[in-house]
Amino acid sequence: MKILLVDDEEEFVTTLAERLELRGIHALVATDGEAALDLIETDPPQIVILDVIMPGLGGLEVLKRIKAQSPQTPVILLTGRGSTKEGIEGMQLGAADYLMKPINIEELIKKIQVSIKNQA
Amino acid sequence: MDKLKWYQRLTGGFFLQLDDDSPDRYRILRRNIVILMILITIIPLFVMAIINQYEYQRSIKNEIVNPLRTLASKTRHSFELFLEERLAIVKSISSLYSYKDFSDQKTLNRIFRVLMNEYCCLVDLGLISSEGIQLSYTGPYDFLGKDYSQQSWFKEVLVKGLYISDVFMGYRQFPHMAIAVLRRTEDRIWILRATIDTSKFDELISSMGLSPESDAFLINRKGFLQTASRFYGKVLDSFPLSFPRGNYGAIVVEEVDPQGREMLVTYAPFTKSDYVMVLVKLRSNVLRSWYVFRSKMLFIFIFSVITIALIVFKLTNTVVQRVKEADERRELAFREVQHTHKLSSIGRLAAGVAHEINNPMAIINEKAGLMKDLVEYDAQFREKEKFLGLTDSILKSVERCKTITHRLLGFARRMEVQLEILDLNEVIQETLGFLEREALYRNIILRLSLADNLPRVSSDRGQLQQLFLNIFSNAFAAVEDKGEITITSWEEDLDTVGVSVQDNGCGMPEETARKIFEPFFTTKKQYGTGLGLSITYGIVKKLGGDIKVNSKEGEGTIFTVYLKKKAKFESGE
Repeated sequence: MKILLVDDEEEFVTTLAERLELRGIHALVATDGEAALDLIETDPPQIVILDVIMPGLGGLEVLKRIKAQSPQTPVILLTGRGSTKEGIEGMQLGAADYLMKPINIEELIKKIQVSIKNQA
Repeated sequence: MDKLKWYQRLTGGFFLQLDDDSPDRYRILRRNIVILMILITIIPLFVMAIINQYEYQRSIKNEIVNPLRTLASKTRHSFELFLEERLAIVKSISSLYSYKDFSDQKTLNRIFRVLMNEYCCLVDLGLISSEGIQLSYTGPYDFLGKDYSQQSWFKEVLVKGLYISDVFMGYRQFPHMAIAVLRRTEDRIWILRATIDTSKFDELISSMGLSPESDAFLINRKGFLQTASRFYGKVLDSFPLSFPRGNYGAIVVEEVDPQGREMLVTYAPFTKSDYVMVLVKLRSNVLRSWYVFRSKMLFIFIFSVITIALIVFKLTNTVVQRVKEADERRELAFREVQHTHKLSSIGRLAAGVAHEINNPMAIINEKAGLMKDLVEYDAQFREKEKFLGLTDSILKSVERCKTITHRLLGFARRMEVQLEILDLNEVIQETLGFLEREALYRNIILRLSLADNLPRVSSDRGQLQQLFLNIFSNAFAAVEDKGEITITSWEEDLDTVGVSVQDNGCGMPEETARKIFEPFFTTKKQYGTGLGLSITYGIVKKLGGDIKVNSKEGEGTIFTVYLKKKAKFESGE
């Protein structure tokens, strides 16, 4: 399985990627929206885990572009600001699910699996 | 207060003390209003009463004094007419007849008889020579040859040509008066003198028709009674009051007589003789109507003052009560606004803090998670157990932080509300479901006293669940094991339903109860965030309801929530 993690907190995103690798999930990492969109084009992942709040291109903006670029790729949103409002807005834009930081890795994997299954 | 200008003292200054928070301020306000109102109502009343009394007294006096003067003048006039008539008779006959006629005893007798028949009261008639010797006389006495030359009346008649005597007691001890007329013929001077019985005076006085409490009589200018007086004795007794001398029409004087009676005395002096007509009335009699009026006035005045005082007190009490209530309402509203304001600013702060903390927390979470993963995947790791314990501890702490930040965010969150028609009892039972396990474990007795036909409410299920969960959790925290929690629901009024949660736990002091809805106020020190009840308060307010706490230390606490049947959303962050 190949996924893409997008978050401006490099420490967070690389560590999370390593943990996922340990569990047999291949995780690509991008620390801003532009890089993420480039990666999706060059090496399309099965699923994108996207932080909502990022400098530069915001999470919701990136979500819109992903949906425009490859609508079939599921996106799970991460939010640090426990606001359901952002979650709901993201879902309306086509996100498959959302999670609140700090995340529980088992929960994340479960959601990834569900989203991919739904996709298929 | 020292620097106040006079007009401030007069107006606002009077109420200035109200600004301080002294517990006496309502008492002072009440006192000031009462004084002010009493003053502005009683003073005009008082002034009016005095003016009224003065005016009425004056007019009533005029009304009484004028008739007295008229009566006295009229009676005086009758007396004067009577005297005038007698004088005219004596003058006429002195002209009609000659000296010779009068000196002849027979002729004199005849004249006297005729006069006696025609005019009353004539007692005797006599001729007196210019030397003062009685030359002829007809009447009951024998005055022939009597010498009057040394008597004062004789000297007076020689000078003035006419004399009217004061009343005197004659030989027979009844009152008389004498009239003497001087005649000058070519050859001689002679005097005709007549004596008149003054009993006619009494008739004149009785014709005045006086009441028994009044008295009328004549006095001479020397102050001796000329007719009998009811109050002051018989003829020729001395009149005890001093009276005004001189000539005047008729005057009324207030006097106190030697017996201490207050009298209204009318004096009417005669113009041509030395008599004064006196009319005496008891002052109290005359002024009876005035006294009646005065007591009526006094009664009305006292009655009005009492009525005004009562109304003023009652009114002031009501006004002050209203002011007090308004102040309390304002204070309450102010506190609520303050509280809401505090909540919203703290909410913003909390959201910011939670977000900032969540990111590093996520890093710690992942790092610790990776460490744990690495240890778990490495079978040969030496201190595996200890290491796993350490990472678990870190992860648990992160979890705790997450709970706090999420709660903070929940507190700050402006939740999207979804309205649905709900059975409140159902929501309560559903929410209690979360706590059933704890109740069972701690042997807590849950008593439900839910109204059977509680009207359904239109509200948000999630919000209500959160609301009740917070209150229930609080009650669970308050009671000991085997404690008791009673949940009651009822219909409060047409728009409102009420739910109360009563526990028999530790209760809390008043101080705590007052602060309990403030954010970050907690007594649980170690594991409370101090946000639970603040969130609860926010939810209730958002739903347009109200929440109250009633607690007694050591006895327990009752939380009462009032919810509108149709939730009315109040915006607030």
